[in-house]
Amino acid sequence: MGIAGRRIAVKTVAVYATAIIITAVMLMPFAWMLSASLKLSRDVFVFPVEWIPSEPQWQNYVDIWTKIPLALFIYNTSKLTIIVTLLQLLTSSFAAYAFAKLDFPYKNTLFLGYIATIAMPWQVYMVPQFLLMREFGLNNTHLALICLQAFTAFGVFLMRQFYMSIPTELCEAARIDGMNEYQIWARIMLPLSKPALSTLTIFTFVTTWNDFLGPMIYLTKTELKTIQIGLRMFIAQYSAEYGLIMAASVVALIPVLIVFLSLQRFFVEGVASSGIKG
Amino acid sequence: MSRRRRKLQNALVAYSFIAPNFIGFAVFTLGPILFAFALAFMHWDGSNAITFAGLDNFWRLFEDKAFIAAFWNTIIYTVVSVPATLVCALGLAILLNQKIFGRDFFRTAMFFPYVASLVAVAVVWNMIFNPEMGPVNMILYTLGLDPKDMPGWAADRHWAMVTVILFGIWKSMGYYMVIYLAGLQGINSELYEAADLDGANSWQKFIYVTVPQLAPTTFFVTVMLTIQSFKVFDQVYMITQGGPGTSTLVLVYHIYNEAFISWDLGYSSMIALVLFFLVLAVTVIQFRRQRED
Repeated sequence: MGIAGRRIAVKTVAVYATAIIITAVMLMPFAWMLSASLKLSRDVFVFPVEWIPSEPQWQNYVDIWTKIPLALFIYNTSKLTIIVTLLQLLTSSFAAYAFAKLDFPYKNTLFLGYIATIAMPWQVYMVPQFLLMREFGLNNTHLALICLQAFTAFGVFLMRQFYMSIPTELCEAARIDGMNEYQIWARIMLPLSKPALSTLTIFTFVTTWNDFLGPMIYLTKTELKTIQIGLRMFIAQYSAEYGLIMAASVVALIPVLIVFLSLQRFFVEGVASSGIKG
Repeated sequence: MSRRRRKLQNALVAYSFIAPNFIGFAVFTLGPILFAFALAFMHWDGSNAITFAGLDNFWRLFEDKAFIAAFWNTIIYTVVSVPATLVCALGLAILLNQKIFGRDFFRTAMFFPYVASLVAVAVVWNMIFNPEMGPVNMILYTLGLDPKDMPGWAADRHWAMVTVILFGIWKSMGYYMVIYLAGLQGINSELYEAADLDGANSWQKFIYVTVPQLAPTTFFVTVMLTIQSFKVFDQVYMITQGGPGTSTLVLVYHIYNEAFISWDLGYSSMIALVLFFLVLAVTVIQFRRQRED
């Protein structure tokens, strides 16, 4: 009993020690970012690292707003992200309802169109897509980025998988009660699909907020830029101003952190249900 | 008659559900994909007339040293980072599948790099791995490594790929950990109880129960990771800009350069086709293998 107990204790200590060390390594870059954001640029590389600056330079967080139009970049990115996420949720769940619960001609053919492209990297067709957008006069507009991110095969597929798991009897009962299809979608399917919607929200929010290549190709005017390419521009312009770059990076991370922390419970569930059984 | 009308009406309702997404999808995804296949056999600079190129762009691939470098670099990146990320993700999942205090915190911490802004974390990465002043080399120095043997990381052609790969593993393993966690929770606990009765130790249980039971998850993770690796771009652009020389040039970087720097749209589409066939091959092979299992 004693030996077995000690063995379990040793194992527990080992598990905690491993978990703590790995977590520390994983979070170290963020700690560095936060710490460097409160330092003078010349102190950033002082070794051994001073994790908690003795004289925190809060001024960095004031200066970044005037050195680059950071507020504008955040506004642009928020606008894009919110519109794309809403469109994605709305149109995907709408289409997914038909694919999961309705019968109509060419259903499988149309769905195959989505499936065939789900593994297709965007990079394969980004050039023709750019040429098409330019033809439509959408180069250097936010609309171009909205169009290219709001209608994805992934969204439809994820929502359809989830709707498939909802019993069809529910829809039939609602039909007998006199609801039409739009009402069934709005009053039965949507409220039931919170986990899937949350997953899609996180995925879309994070992808759009962090997207780099898309905005880099489409947006060349400073006033249209998103936080990612704005940040990149800042890094190129003030390459030695480490403190400021880190402060701007912290600011760029915060919205994602908030969304992630508030929805992460759903996220694990969503990844589990959509990823594996898909 | 009324039944036919009813059927038509039902179909119209269904199409009205699909239309908003499908129209956007067809115009902005399906169309450009078809266009990409056609463009690969054309010459076009984006402003003058398009001319038919036949297989010119295809033969050019074999003479283009940058393409050959990009192709092999992409393969190397994939061959190293896919198994490494997979093993790390599985290890983390097993570690954090145990009932320990603060488990949710640990899981969240592992996952966070995946959602963090790439531009922001890549610049931190370059600072931490700065060859002259970064803390990583400082630690190596205090451990007694000769400054002459110090890895130059992103600035060193032998270490640049390593730097990019390490970044990729760090950033994405938390995501695949979540998928593995879901897989682990789907394993029937009776299997472990039966193994216990047979006197299996932890390692045997891992090899004979966990690994086979996780096969579908591993399949899914491998396909996802491989496709992600084939299309790697952002982190390369941020950390090494494809250099030094062509030591970290990857396929998507080359597509980007040929299209938006050289405006050689036909040739860039041909490189995109290579990327497409790589992804297709991996998907087909994996599905075959899964069916055999």
